[in-house]
Amino acid sequence: MAGTAVRRRLTWQLGTVGSLTDETAMVRTIALDVPGWPGHRAGQHLDVRLTAEDGYRAERSYSIASAPGEPVAITVERLDDGEVSPYLTKELMATDELELRGPIGGYFVWDPTDCRPLMLLAGGSGIVPLRAILRHRERTGSAVPVRLLYSSRSWEDVIYRDELDALGDGVQVIHALTRRQPPGWTGYARRVDAQMLTEVAWPADQAPLAYACGPTSFVETVAGGLVGLGYPPQRVKTERFGATGDR
Amino acid sequence: MSPISRGFHGRRREAPAGRVPPGQYVTEDFPVLSAGPTPHTPLENWTFSIAGGSASKSWTWDEFRALPTENVTVDIHCVTRWSKLDTHWQGVSVDTLLDQVEHDADYVLPFCDGGYTTNLPVADVTGGQAWVAFGYDGEPLHPEHGGPARLLVPHLYFWKSAKWVRGFRLSDTDEPGFWETYGYHIYGDPWREQRYAGD
Repeated sequence: MAGTAVRRRLTWQLGTVGSLTDETAMVRTIALDVPGWPGHRAGQHLDVRLTAEDGYRAERSYSIASAPGEPVAITVERLDDGEVSPYLTKELMATDELELRGPIGGYFVWDPTDCRPLMLLAGGSGIVPLRAILRHRERTGSAVPVRLLYSSRSWEDVIYRDELDALGDGVQVIHALTRRQPPGWTGYARRVDAQMLTEVAWPADQAPLAYACGPTSFVETVAGGLVGLGYPPQRVKTERFGATGDR
Repeated sequence: MSPISRGFHGRRREAPAGRVPPGQYVTEDFPVLSAGPTPHTPLENWTFSIAGGSASKSWTWDEFRALPTENVTVDIHCVTRWSKLDTHWQGVSVDTLLDQVEHDADYVLPFCDGGYTTNLPVADVTGGQAWVAFGYDGEPLHPEHGGPARLLVPHLYFWKSAKWVRGFRLSDTDEPGFWETYGYHIYGDPWREQRYAGD
């Protein structure tokens, strides 16, 4: 269904935790076996619900990290003052059951029939829904050219680093490392700014489609910057996670 | 019946009784969630319009700001699960705006810079329940949070409180807005946890 309403009622389902992959010291990917999963589009998210022994519950939303057609996976960044992310990244084990429902959201999604060049912009764990888009592109054999500008604190904080390194022709990955750089680093060593976008972003006259996901300040900078470069606002899709450390 | 999440205890926070709807947690900061770039419409180009049926009315920024204003302190609830208590706003009551047009519409569709829309029953934006807010915590409303003006309908999930609002279209039918088209609930009552269609 291309961008249309999902009228099916979203019911809670049980998934079984499969593999757990530590992407960085703070970030873990959780693969799930979800019988009856209705399928998802690249860029959507799902809700997770935890229940304590006394019935207390906590729910949070997480971007889906896997491509449509792949088993459901989420990638979770641990926020030490958070309630759900420390559990998911430290406590949860393979074969545990996890309650979830989804997929949710139908705007921040990419469809492989779209031929426009892709300008992807990620700040930190904002890479997760964009990784689903990149995997979907690979799996469907799309030839759409991609530039990914990915801002991380340090090289050790880059999520999916090997996978991004191994991306094939047609995908340019440009890293910006804002706090610490490895010896000999020749890439960007600062926060994303208007000058960087001028150097990295597809020119507006190539009619690119942009997806930006990350903390509010990052998304405000890149989305505003792309509009300044002539991108029509409706071609800059954004997903912000607020300043709150509570995911 | 939900299964017990082995080893999960939660980090429960003290919250005043009856203030936090089910599934929400209280946050001290003010997260920003928008589907596109933040628009920056100069005030000299800003108008607020009411259209639909036989009704039609438009205010410039100066005319709008000359209307009676109210200071309100309310709790707000975002569908992404944060709630923020005792937020202070300054705005024009939607009653004040709708009183200036003749209409018998049942629904209002706010429209906004950036193309966002949402849908609400007129009964939910009248009777002292909704404002077009231009001030937050004693300051002009920041563009990230919907400035120069946003709708404020605190008793519904906050996606109904449309940012960068530029007017209302009045309608006899309940037409889904932006997020409602993408599977979010047509009404959005946080106390009944109406997050998604069918909840």
